[in-house]
Amino acid sequence: MTKGGALPKGFEMPSNIDSPSQSSSQEKYEEVKSSSKTITLRISKFNPEKDQRKAFHAFTVPYQRWTTVLDAILDVKSNQDHSIGVRYSCRQATCGSCGMIINGKPKLACFTKISELDSDVVTVEPMNNFPLIRDLAVGFERMFSTHKRMKPYIIREDSETNPGTKEFLQTPEDVEKYIQFSSCIKCGLCNSACPTMTTDSTFIGPQGLAQAYRYVADNRDQGKDERLRIIDEPHGIWRCHFAGSCSQVCPKGVDPAMGIQLLRGYLLGYRK
Amino acid sequence: MSNIMRESHIMKIHYLTALVAVGFVIIHIMIRFTHGSFANSLEFESVIANYKSIPYAIVLEAMLILISVHGFNGLRIILLELKQGNAYENAVTYGCLAAMIALIAYGSRTIIMASMGMVEA
Repeated sequence: MTKGGALPKGFEMPSNIDSPSQSSSQEKYEEVKSSSKTITLRISKFNPEKDQRKAFHAFTVPYQRWTTVLDAILDVKSNQDHSIGVRYSCRQATCGSCGMIINGKPKLACFTKISELDSDVVTVEPMNNFPLIRDLAVGFERMFSTHKRMKPYIIREDSETNPGTKEFLQTPEDVEKYIQFSSCIKCGLCNSACPTMTTDSTFIGPQGLAQAYRYVADNRDQGKDERLRIIDEPHGIWRCHFAGSCSQVCPKGVDPAMGIQLLRGYLLGYRK
Repeated sequence: MSNIMRESHIMKIHYLTALVAVGFVIIHIMIRFTHGSFANSLEFESVIANYKSIPYAIVLEAMLILISVHGFNGLRIILLELKQGNAYENAVTYGCLAAMIALIAYGSRTIIMASMGMVEA
């Protein structure tokens, strides 16, 4: 049964079941679709286990002023192609799961409104510089292990949780030195935009380096030398060409390019 | 080189050689403008005369070393970014080091021979 051909291609309801609720929701969808503006959403589809090459599938999707790219992808996934592989969670630019290339630029799908893209065609692809899992989902293992390698925690002998100790106080100026870098949500957009990461697969990357700076610049931390030794390697901090694209694409306003330059100051000896 | 020195030390040398080389190139150009005719500076006798001037030979030797060190380290960096792997990286690093030493040795030989009057027209 395909009620007037309204159901998406490949979606068929069993002929022995009459489902008024499903058909009415489908009609509602068609109604919304016809009453609102539409865009063509081109989604990159590729399954490394099955497909020979990447292919773009185009879908017509209704949108409102507030519709995000993630909403549009989920709309397609619900109504047109259930097989689309996409990672998402919070839908509010907090979890860092839905990073992808939207119209050629790395962005968070949940944080990018279709109306802001100013285009009738929206093309979504998986992030660059990450191993592809399927369609729009990429593997974060390397980024997370690099992040872990930077020792992303305060290193010091004593602890503010020990009896008789107080919290480690900081002045607003002390906090100002690193606070923006603690906004990183590990979405990987900076690594995706980094031109060095495209050719140098072992480069630490802006995410890891920005996190190294976050702790090096924290005056409560005593692990500076340890971290500087980790990033001072042939594929470490010195391979950054200061293209600055990492800072341009960060959805949380972190400036990894600046963090990298400041870190270099520690290594060159003009910052203590 | 990365096995011998920390990358930050290599990069300090890289930046320093670039800055000092610019200084020496400026001195070299200034000498060319102030000593003798600029138009005749590439004539064989003029070139040999330059080498025979010890301060000028030192400027040339310094430029040779600075530019070789900077250039071959730059080449090493470019090659390391193009491809990764232990064997490849060691080959690139030691290959660049060997090429740098060979070029400096060959260039120094020319400077020394010319300044000692061992090159004749």
